[in-house]
Amino acid sequence: MDEVEGYIGNFTAKIRKKARYVNPDLCNACGECAKICPVIKPDEYQLGLGSRKAIYIPFPQAVPSVYVLNMQDCLGNAPIACGKCYEACEQQAINYDDADEIITRQFGAVIVAIGLDVYDPTEMDEYGYTRFDNVITSMEFERLICAGGPTAGHFIRPSDHQCPQRIGFIQCVGSRNPKVGRPYCSNICCMNTIKDCLLLADHYPDVKNTVFYQDIRAFGKSFEDMFQRSKAAGTRYVRGLPGDIEENPDTHNLTLTVENTTNGQIERHEFDMVVLSVGVVPPRDRDKLSKLFTLSKTSDGFFMESHPKLKPIDAPTRGVYFAGFCEAPKDIKDSVCQAGMASSRVGALLNAGKINIEAITCRIDPEACTKCGVCASVCPYGAIVWEKGQVAAVIEAACAGCGNCGSACQFGAITMRHFTDDQLLAQVRAILHEDPADKVFVFACNWCSYSGGDMAGIGRMEYPASNRVVRTMCSARVSEEMVLEAFRCGAPVVLVSGCHYADCHYITANRQTVKRVQRLWDKLEKAGVRPERLQLEWISAAEGQKFAKVMKQMEELRKTVTQDEIDHAMKALAPKPKKAKTAKKQEEEAPAPAG
Amino acid sequence: MSSNGKEDGLRIGVFVCDCGLNIAGTVDTADVTEFAQTLDDVVCAVRNKYTCADPGQNEIKHAIKEHRLNRVVVASCTPLQHEPTFRACVAEAGLNPYLMEMANLREHCSWVHPNDWTGATAKAKDLVASAVARARFLQPQEELTVPVTQRALVIGGGIAGMEAALELGAQGHQVTLVEREASIGGIMAQLDKTYPTMDCSI
Repeated sequence: MDEVEGYIGNFTAKIRKKARYVNPDLCNACGECAKICPVIKPDEYQLGLGSRKAIYIPFPQAVPSVYVLNMQDCLGNAPIACGKCYEACEQQAINYDDADEIITRQFGAVIVAIGLDVYDPTEMDEYGYTRFDNVITSMEFERLICAGGPTAGHFIRPSDHQCPQRIGFIQCVGSRNPKVGRPYCSNICCMNTIKDCLLLADHYPDVKNTVFYQDIRAFGKSFEDMFQRSKAAGTRYVRGLPGDIEENPDTHNLTLTVENTTNGQIERHEFDMVVLSVGVVPPRDRDKLSKLFTLSKTSDGFFMESHPKLKPIDAPTRGVYFAGFCEAPKDIKDSVCQAGMASSRVGALLNAGKINIEAITCRIDPEACTKCGVCASVCPYGAIVWEKGQVAAVIEAACAGCGNCGSACQFGAITMRHFTDDQLLAQVRAILHEDPADKVFVFACNWCSYSGGDMAGIGRMEYPASNRVVRTMCSARVSEEMVLEAFRCGAPVVLVSGCHYADCHYITANRQTVKRVQRLWDKLEKAGVRPERLQLEWISAAEGQKFAKVMKQMEELRKTVTQDEIDHAMKALAPKPKKAKTAKKQEEEAPAPAG
Repeated sequence: MSSNGKEDGLRIGVFVCDCGLNIAGTVDTADVTEFAQTLDDVVCAVRNKYTCADPGQNEIKHAIKEHRLNRVVVASCTPLQHEPTFRACVAEAGLNPYLMEMANLREHCSWVHPNDWTGATAKAKDLVASAVARARFLQPQEELTVPVTQRALVIGGGIAGMEAALELGAQGHQVTLVEREASIGGIMAQLDKTYPTMDCSI
């Protein structure tokens, strides 16, 4: 995926079709090319436990069943150097001049199903994954026991190619471990290990398996039954995670030291082989996809859904849905369920054939427009058309409704539908109508900070009741005038909060938020108002805890503001006489105080 | 229009939700309802046990007709959860859906101030006043209807992506499946057997 633009029902994506250097229409997967290829490289599919050629088929059942040439490995980029596969291919399917192709296509909806990556246990050096041959990961176990694996399914240990008789499994390697930045449960590893033990018991009845765990989570349908079967088959479960592994340099056997937490004893166990039951991590393409579709992530790094219970597969961006692991750790069955739900959502949308776009777009008053073009320059979507000397105009279907232009226009020529200046200023005045000195005034963007507040609520994260939140679609909708009005109404402190700087739901709109807040800090300072009374914070939709923490900090800050300071700001920030005309106009437009 | 820019003839209805005890357990909803009644342009203020349930929604529809309401404020949960519900509700009673505004008394108030009855109630009143102030300036809006391109994009050819693409295909839709690697299959294709069925992954 190279580029995406558009909105629900009308996405345009540029997809890079990578050069394969083998024509899929001609290749009949005979394999003559690979036989003759002189380059030997570690086989990624076998996790480096086997080898492949520079031209290869990823695995026997690959779809499409077509060879692929890795040009970085190939000697024949200059065919004079090698060119053996080209000569061997009777189908003449090999083309060294193949190039990436960019396909541009329209889509009505998108399902993001980019999966996961497996945790690399190298950093947990106490387990010696890189030091000891016979310490392997659970993924390597899969290849070693698979009939299609490098040993044709003969389960052997790497150091001497003998079948191990005593195997230790260590659970939660890279899961439920805040020390390595992985505090979450990876969901699948307990059952995967139980499955491995059953497989071993089936293939090698004499092998003794021992599993070291902190909790066994066997909560799915028929899982407990599998757990009990593995116990009946002789697997021993020891509650406690080993502190370290030592290797006997002569036998290459491994000794684990562990506190058995069921009896509080320190135990030492010797094994022929140790399997690290590795956790999962968010997929490496996550950030790329986040940028393309303006997606957020939860604290564990997986994609954030619209609602934890009711919209578990909907991305906050309309028309985009999640399936599988990329939303949260889950097993195959749950991935299949989620994929079915995502396709059902997309099917319903496609069947409807049309979709309503929320009426939150900007309108430009051609008479008030001074043709300055500032609005066009700050629009992240290029939705405002303007040429020098011309009145600006909006392409409504392209406008995403952040309201940045409305805040940038100094001439009141832009109305942000459903989030107008009148509406927002009326809220400021209503909230600060009585006892303003007791209140923390907050502007929060719909997609991140306001949702972060919701998340604090869902998690029952307590904070002081002094805050009053006004919602805008984007923090960039908050104009200087709105913040100044809050101080004029007697707000002791004001917070502007939005999506994290690089994760703005409206691409780059919150960069204007930063500029506006910086200008306001200058203005406050010049007016003799403590600039820290205005705060700027980035709070994502997943950061309920941060929302609660920021509200506590704001309350502490509020307590430091004296009534004299508040009174001074109210006077000092009053509209200046030279802007009397504007001020009068505003007064005319201003609503009566609420209540 | 009156001199301060707001519309003449405003008739606002405020519906304060108990949400069982989710809100009423922490916020004095009776007091909030009474307070709402005192606000300018508010012609009716009603307290419901569950505003989102049918009886609550019917009460809104009924009040729109009986009191000739032209703005509605629902003081209940986050708009991110029930804004579509209440927009549809007022639309059924003949109001433009954009004339409905919500005050978030649950996620942003009762659930986060469980030990501060007075503070939470004072805050709830402000949130209602804020929503009413905003409601005075709400205007009916017409939504833009756009066509939906008849093709889906699935990114990722692992078990989830393959399943989603097949399912969409079975529904008769065109699908483009994009995969980074040379073959589809994803990480599942690297597994030997899978639980709970103990059968092959491929």
